Amino acid sequence: MSPVLAGVLQLLALMAALALAHIPLGGYMAKVYSSDKHWRVERWIYKGIGADPDTDMRWPAYLRGVLAFSFAGVLFLYLLQRLQGVLPGSLGFAAIDPDQAFNTAVSFVTNTNWQSYYGEQAMGHVVQTAGLAVQNFVSAAVGMAVAVALVRGFARSRTGELGNFWADLVRGVVRVLVPIAAVAAVVLVACGAVQNFSGIHEVGQFMGGSQQWNGGAVASQEAIKELGTNGGGYFNANSAHPFENPTPFTNLFEIFLILLIPFSLTRTFGVMVGSVRQGYAILATMATIWVGFVALMMWTEFAHNGPALDIAGGSMEGKEVRFGVGGSSIFAVSTTLTSTGAVDSFHSSFTGLGGGITMLGMMLGEIAPGGVGSGLYGMLIMAIIAVFIAGLMVGRTPEYLGKKIGTREIKFAACYILVTPALVLAFTAVAMALPTPGNSMTNSGAHGFSEILYAYTSAANNNGSAFAGLNADTQWFNTTLGVAMLLGRFVPMVFVLALAGSLAEQKPVPATAGTLRTEKPLFTGLLVGAILIITGLTYFPALALGPLAEGLAA
Amino acid sequence: MTTDTQKHEDSMSTATPTRAPHSDAPTGHTHEERRVGAGLFDPKQLVRSLPDAFRKLDPRVMVKSPVMFVVLVGSVLTTLFSFKDPGDWFGWTISAWLWLTVIFANLAEAVAEGRGKAQADTLRRAKTDTVARRLVGGREEQVPGTRLKIGDLVVCEAGDIIPGDGDVIEGVASVDESAITGESAPVIRESGGDRSAVTGGTKVLSDRIVVRITTEPGATFIDRMINLVEGAARQKTPNEIALNILLASLTIVFLLACATLPPFADYAGTHLTMVVLVALLVCLIPTTIGALLSAIGIAGMDRLVQRNVLAMSGRAVEAAGDVSTLLLDKTGTITLGNRQAAEFVPVHGATEAEVADAAQLSSLADETPEGRSVVVLAKERYGLRERRQGELVGAEWIQFTAQTRMSGVDVDGRKVRKGAAGSVIAWVEERGGTAAGDAETAADRIAEAGGTPLLVAVEDERGARVLGVIHLKDVVKEGMRERFAELRRMGIRTVMITGDNPLTAKAIADEAGVDDFLAEATPEDKMALIKREQAGGKLVAMTGDGTNDAPALAQADVGVAMNTGTSAAKEAGNMVDLDSDPTKLIEIVEIGKQLLITRGALTTFSIANDVAKYFAIIPALFAAVYPGLDKLNIMGLSSPDSAILSAVIFNALIIIVLVPLALKGVRYRPVSADRMLRRNLAVYGLGGLIAPFIGIKIIDLVVSIVPGIG
Repeated sequence: MSPVLAGVLQLLALMAALALAHIPLGGYMAKVYSSDKHWRVERWIYKGIGADPDTDMRWPAYLRGVLAFSFAGVLFLYLLQRLQGVLPGSLGFAAIDPDQAFNTAVSFVTNTNWQSYYGEQAMGHVVQTAGLAVQNFVSAAVGMAVAVALVRGFARSRTGELGNFWADLVRGVVRVLVPIAAVAAVVLVACGAVQNFSGIHEVGQFMGGSQQWNGGAVASQEAIKELGTNGGGYFNANSAHPFENPTPFTNLFEIFLILLIPFSLTRTFGVMVGSVRQGYAILATMATIWVGFVALMMWTEFAHNGPALDIAGGSMEGKEVRFGVGGSSIFAVSTTLTSTGAVDSFHSSFTGLGGGITMLGMMLGEIAPGGVGSGLYGMLIMAIIAVFIAGLMVGRTPEYLGKKIGTREIKFAACYILVTPALVLAFTAVAMALPTPGNSMTNSGAHGFSEILYAYTSAANNNGSAFAGLNADTQWFNTTLGVAMLLGRFVPMVFVLALAGSLAEQKPVPATAGTLRTEKPLFTGLLVGAILIITGLTYFPALALGPLAEGLAA
Repeated sequence: MTTDTQKHEDSMSTATPTRAPHSDAPTGHTHEERRVGAGLFDPKQLVRSLPDAFRKLDPRVMVKSPVMFVVLVGSVLTTLFSFKDPGDWFGWTISAWLWLTVIFANLAEAVAEGRGKAQADTLRRAKTDTVARRLVGGREEQVPGTRLKIGDLVVCEAGDIIPGDGDVIEGVASVDESAITGESAPVIRESGGDRSAVTGGTKVLSDRIVVRITTEPGATFIDRMINLVEGAARQKTPNEIALNILLASLTIVFLLACATLPPFADYAGTHLTMVVLVALLVCLIPTTIGALLSAIGIAGMDRLVQRNVLAMSGRAVEAAGDVSTLLLDKTGTITLGNRQAAEFVPVHGATEAEVADAAQLSSLADETPEGRSVVVLAKERYGLRERRQGELVGAEWIQFTAQTRMSGVDVDGRKVRKGAAGSVIAWVEERGGTAAGDAETAADRIAEAGGTPLLVAVEDERGARVLGVIHLKDVVKEGMRERFAELRRMGIRTVMITGDNPLTAKAIADEAGVDDFLAEATPEDKMALIKREQAGGKLVAMTGDGTNDAPALAQADVGVAMNTGTSAAKEAGNMVDLDSDPTKLIEIVEIGKQLLITRGALTTFSIANDVAKYFAIIPALFAAVYPGLDKLNIMGLSSPDSAILSAVIFNALIIIVLVPLALKGVRYRPVSADRMLRRNLAVYGLGGLIAPFIGIKIIDLVVSIVPGIG
């Protein structure tokens, strides 16, 4: 079988699996977030944290919950790392430096999972399991909670109430993430991923010399790493590491896990707003961009010419032989179009254009299908922008899902779309203008620029993948990337929740024949166009000087 | 129909008997003719508005449009940098075109405003200084019109200009309101009732009236009109504000994209000058819509003014586009003003011709429109020549009165009567005749079909008896059915409001094709209906003229008051139709939609344009250091300088090219939202992507001929 055919077949298998899985899971999640019953274990948790899960919150209260919980998470994770040296089960690793501890704490709480450290050389079992793995669950659940709050904003009317943050958070973990992650971990273990608490082993190498290996609760972390679109690997090599991702099947399975919740949430959205077809329109928009990006990626990676590449059947540098160009391309696109950032191949080694595709995927705001929760709310914001611009063309002031998009709503949406471009471009520009940050580049020319552009793009969009090559463990990068992650995660959330509150207060406008039909393919096309033009064009000059300059040079 | 509902029907009737403004124009075709040159764009306007365009360069004015303000700042910057390097012709040329971009934007607004100015000047002429004859304690005193206060009583006689807005409290007069309406036929204004409002600046032609002043000088209707058409009172509408926010945020995004470029470029090994950066920025920010946005809004109001409708706020025009329920008064809007005789139904033994003859005879003395229509039907259908009253010697004419509810004639020993069923039957029985059962059956049948039965009876040598029944019927205006079907396709529900009983109302509603009706409607019912619709999230539009319509007019999202109506109605509504033509509501909705569509179309166009501009400018900036980027120069532009210049020139010229479209509005046809979106996306979205590729290429071909550039 030709590698191209193999790639296409993997893509088709993935699409079929997602198409099958998203309906029951999406419906289930709608029930989870709409139910008024608490599980016993949930009651214990509420009692433990002293939260009342039954009061409906207005948006400021909901936001306070999100921020308080997240900043407590940052603080806890920071202290855990700083105290690693005195904690048991630390494999003898010392405390992490303040700047790196800050960066890592922010990184995991913001669902980014940017790692400026080598997991196997810095983090012991306690930090990995009690700190990082816990955040893998809860940071994902926070994203889902915010998305559900926005969906409630559309679904509810004449109330400012968006639900209860603590209930949404706990249910997301208890009823959605933990059960699926548990099953997924078993599948991964069955396929060869590692799950133990073993210490460090000295292993003799095939070519002579020796290497240190350690085990850990890898499969369980791997499952939530993908499922929660986290991306922080147990090992530095991330999903390219055979302990994390041993076979082509686990590779495909991990991609499936990455995409599962983001795509399923479109169904949840459809069910909750009372129109499954509206969910399909959003799903179609996400799927169109995702498939388009995969196709482009395969095209550029397979078509790259040169004698060595021809023999390998494509651009194989930085890719694992067991995954091939096809599997790696799908993974790379899926990880950058979601906020995952796990990698099974090294984006820096992709062709110039291929590297550009991974960057553009993040620059679109990671909305196709995006991170768990964040993808849905990001896409809904773009839908609001698209409705606002083009909706006027049907001769009515813009409305989406029966809610008017007025001054207040557009103000929040416009602020939302400003945040990440501002962070990415400003930080990159400052880094390029200052003398020292450039020293972290390991390449010169356009590729070197891409390393820094990629780093800030990844951080501000909470992706977490790296254009390997950049030495990011410097005070400058640890600090600025940390700030970019923090602002890139929580400032947009402020606008999303404010928008949700404003939408929930409105009374619904009934649909008539004069209403823009947002469940039709025409709207999907319009939305894809608006996303590509509005967010794509923001970064065009920067992309031109990085990946485009490199990719078009050949 | 009882007297009660009849009175009611009159009070709600929006047709004015004093003159028929456009009742002969049910579908608004005459409006097309009326707005002479409204849709046309005269290039001379551009030249005439040039001084205004320069005046608008004031930064305090410009800052209201964030997009164009950025262009203004950019123009100043590039000019300053050109002074630093006076030999750089490229800097000067770019600066010149950036200034032109700003001026073109101001020009668009000035042209839009200029069209209102002419109208305002005409109005100002009507607002000549008047001397009021104020009544104080029964004595008249002369005061300047500007010193009148609310509550003052003034006397106006033939030849006087009414000094201020007010209500007639005494007398009847014919008034020339052409200064406001442009209509030369005089109208009747009288105390009490719904035609008591007079407007300052109009002229009394006959008789004497006493007017109580209801507005302060300077805030009169004519003052407000002047402000409105001049755009002085123009405030940004909610949607315009929202759009401005989005445009501002896009401007900030592109500002960031450009401001962060120098360090990237320096790293790449090329230096970007301020001139080039500003040029790139101006090309990327949505200048096209930024330049035309306020012109679109002004032109939308202007289109209403040209149809003789005054919108008190732009918000009302926008709301008109969103309307999903139209409340239409039956009389005058859906049906012609009056019922008309449609057929003669004979009873037991009488022939149709006999009935027609008797009906005609008995109606000769009936000067009501219904009576006239009987005579007309008899002539048209049965060839009965209309007899003059004088022809019949010795005839004694019985006039129609509210008491007898009958009219007729006694001639040659024959008594003929026509009138309401009860009265005629009573008359026959009085004279020893018996009313036949089938007369009542026929009358019931007509009533059930929504018509009004009038009985015709005669008393001659054969005794008193009922001859037959006249079927009076509401006549639905031509073309209304199609109009309502169109509205339905646009997603607008029409509700007919009538004082008729439900049976009659239903028959007319079915015939006219409205979606719903409100029968035996009282003002309270109307109000309740509006509130119910609004509670469901719908926007409601209605027309009204009576004082009892005022609360409903105020409650409706779009309330169009008839100019013939009371000042209370005019105060309550957010639009006034100077022609007092309730059918115009439909046009108002279309103008509202057209305004929104134009705004959306040009925004889409403006944003889609950016793609081509990138393909022009990015390779021009960086192909020297990264030769691969020359592959993006798909237009094959001749040199970096000409590429940048061409993009800037295109960006400026497209504003002027689109001014006519902004003023005229995007073509609007009443189709479903789906079809409308598909068409507009194809034209303005796809067109916006493709047009600049062609435009920039053509400009480049021209520019590259200039020595020193190509």
